[in-house]
Amino acid sequence: MLFTSYEFIAFFFLLTVLYYLIPGRYQWMLLLAAGYVFYWAADPDYLIFLLAVTVLTYVAALLIDRSLVNQKKYLKIYGEGMDRQAKKEYKALQGKKRKRIIVWFLVMTLSILASAKYINFFILNLNGILRMMGSGGQISFINLLLPLGISFYTFQAIGYMLDVYRGDISAEKNFFRYALFVSFFPQLVQGPISRFQDLARTMWEPHPFRGKNLQNGLLRVLWGYFKKLVVADRLFIAVSLLLGQPEEYCGAYAVVTMVFYTVQLYADFTGGIDITIGMAQVLGIEVQENFRRPYFSKSLKEYWRRWHISMSSWFRDYVFYPVSASRAIQRISKAAGKLWGTKAGKRLPVYLSSFVVWLATGIWHGASWNFVVWGLLNWVVLMVSEELEPLYARFQRKFALSGRLPYRLFQVGRTFLLVCILNLFDCYEKVSVTLKMLASVFGAENWKIFADGSLLRLGLTAADYIVLAAAVLMMVSVSLAQRRGSVCARVAGMRYPVQAAVWMGLFLMVLLFGTYGIGYDAGQFIYNRF
Amino acid sequence: MCREIFGKSGSEETHMKKRRNSLILRALLTAVVVAAVLAGLQRVLMPKYTGADREGSMIGEYYSQEKDHDVIFIGDCEVYTNFSPAVLWEEYGINSYIRGSAEQLIWQSYYLAEETFTYEKPKVLVFNVLSMMFDEPQRESYNRMTLDGMRWSVSKIKCIEASMTEEENFIEYVFPILRFHDRWSELTKEDFTKAWKKDPVTFNGYYMRVDILPAENIPEERKLGDYRFGENAYSYLDKLTELCREEGVELVLIKAPSLYPPWYDEWDQQIVEYAEIHGLKYYNLLDAAEEIGLDYSTDTYDAGLHLNLSGAEKLSRYFGAILAEDCGLQDRRQERELALKWEEKLKAYREEIRRQKTLTDDGADR
Repeated sequence: MLFTSYEFIAFFFLLTVLYYLIPGRYQWMLLLAAGYVFYWAADPDYLIFLLAVTVLTYVAALLIDRSLVNQKKYLKIYGEGMDRQAKKEYKALQGKKRKRIIVWFLVMTLSILASAKYINFFILNLNGILRMMGSGGQISFINLLLPLGISFYTFQAIGYMLDVYRGDISAEKNFFRYALFVSFFPQLVQGPISRFQDLARTMWEPHPFRGKNLQNGLLRVLWGYFKKLVVADRLFIAVSLLLGQPEEYCGAYAVVTMVFYTVQLYADFTGGIDITIGMAQVLGIEVQENFRRPYFSKSLKEYWRRWHISMSSWFRDYVFYPVSASRAIQRISKAAGKLWGTKAGKRLPVYLSSFVVWLATGIWHGASWNFVVWGLLNWVVLMVSEELEPLYARFQRKFALSGRLPYRLFQVGRTFLLVCILNLFDCYEKVSVTLKMLASVFGAENWKIFADGSLLRLGLTAADYIVLAAAVLMMVSVSLAQRRGSVCARVAGMRYPVQAAVWMGLFLMVLLFGTYGIGYDAGQFIYNRF
Repeated sequence: MCREIFGKSGSEETHMKKRRNSLILRALLTAVVVAAVLAGLQRVLMPKYTGADREGSMIGEYYSQEKDHDVIFIGDCEVYTNFSPAVLWEEYGINSYIRGSAEQLIWQSYYLAEETFTYEKPKVLVFNVLSMMFDEPQRESYNRMTLDGMRWSVSKIKCIEASMTEEENFIEYVFPILRFHDRWSELTKEDFTKAWKKDPVTFNGYYMRVDILPAENIPEERKLGDYRFGENAYSYLDKLTELCREEGVELVLIKAPSLYPPWYDEWDQQIVEYAEIHGLKYYNLLDAAEEIGLDYSTDTYDAGLHLNLSGAEKLSRYFGAILAEDCGLQDRRQERELALKWEEKLKAYREEIRRQKTLTDDGADR
């Protein structure tokens, strides 16, 4: 049941009606049931993974929480009779126990993700090594299903477990309430990766019907469908053709591919998140924003603060900080400080932790080398930019560029181009193909494709290009308008005829210009597969 | 304090009432405008079926007819191109109508018959058995040509459910705009001018063609692994037989004299047996081609697949005699009102013959 299917729209409509008809205290139960029905409809076997992740993280959090509570109780009762050293030793012992729990449960939870997503990648590489060693034996691939959105809900559940471990939150005792946090259907298959403290409690509260929520939420949903069906799925037609025949579509076509794909990815992912946030809003639940106009970023660093925010912050909080604070990194930092000076000693932990983060980010995106390379390239660009920062600053000061519109536009354009190039590694499964495509741009002799009608042979007609241009312009305008706050809320504050015209216009655009129905097979959101 | 005790003041209540009424009014107004715009758009976007695909208009044309036919033909192109109700009337006084559509599958024929019987009870229902060769849904575009023209009824709903291919979705039949939304870039003037009203493309369901394309190279019959008709097809033939029996309508099975697609002897034998078992009349008109006087070098417009006007008139004369003699249909030409209606229809029929002949003589496309 994809967000773009008629079945899903009917499902959401019926759910909303029922949600506001039943007493508020039962609403969260309905949402839990809906989450499981939604996931079951995608494939009943997926439920095993969802349940396993939910149970493991629930139990781990309970065990850790109990240990923390017992520790507090113990210290309260016996603490007065203990000296400082004894208290420290007791705490350390308890901490060790908790660490053992978290490590075990982390391994088990990540094993579920790995078994579903990475086992064949592992076998592929093992076979490669065996071949290099001259061994004739090869391990057969395992035919496993990849549950939709498994990376999202697994990371969300792990985040919860780690928050309990750190003592930031208490464990939820009611299994079903916790299960809802993991299986909240609007964000189950493509995030955002929410934090327990942000999301869970608002889901359990009763939500009386509010017209404003319905109005703003539905408009957001409609806008999401516009991005997905009018822009992303229309571009998908050309992108799938371009990616399918890299030998034919190289040179200038590679530029078309990377730009089309980058716009498609944006419209697809942000459209999906708009639908998610809008649906949650209709149900009275607030889901955090996952994007802040990322293509207006002036640097890659800024881009990653504005693109897929929940994932970036997840890696920051649960990977970057723990890794950079780890003993091993601290030791390396000290050694580097002695060898190359304090400055290098301070920077090295950041760079090494970032390396781990970007490696993990790459692997999170997909079980293939192109994603690993994509992640590491991001790391390289970010680290080089970091190193060159003083140089840029001097350059900007010298030519008084800072803050000037043309220079800002240049920075935005440069970042967009960089993201386009990096995204090319996301497009082709083989890194060698991506490199060939990038190289083909420099020696390209087919630039005339932009003028000789070749672009009209990519499955898109002139009318499609006009629709795309208008839709992209609309997306840019809305993004610009978002700088002054929520556009949906502003529309809701407009006079009735204007509001009605906006609604009607958007609805008709989705209905008429949307790429859906017989003959189109885009459908699935790109990030569903992560 | 007073407000807490006595509740809201009168003016506040009136204000709230006004506000609520205004909201309801706005919602209603919006709903009406949205529905009207969508209905209009749907009309414009739906295919008009007036060009090469005019077969898509046929099913819908039935509803504007007077419903007192003696004979209703149901089936695929082999009925709507091969029989001329005008000849049946002129020669035998038989008032007939063809509820045919392109690649009409047997379950569609069944539900069309079921629907037709809610409007009228003809004496005879003639069913062309070629569609027995299909046991499962085929093509969406052909489904549309049959289903979009049907008026909403339980029969239509069942017919859609029976006909849908895997890629189709029921809701796209309820709101065809969801299916045809992407026609926005190919709209022509005709889509607007014929959105609400268009001229009929048939004469009592007969699709006229006067041009000639002789049957010269008939493709060889391909051998089949299994000649047995499918269970689904048989179950609908059973249902059709039962329906006609219940409604007191005589079911007549025919195989129209089209040379292609092939009609295998093994298939024919099954129908012969079925007709015998169920006490039905079955006429294999393909075998009677010579007796009918069909000349496939002049009586077909597409090399033997369908008969042209000349062929259809010969066949109708032949079959009219069967209907009159074997089925005991009376000559109704003395019924004044009906005769007047037919007079008008025949006038239009002849005009169309003249128009098409002029075009053919000029060498232009029809």
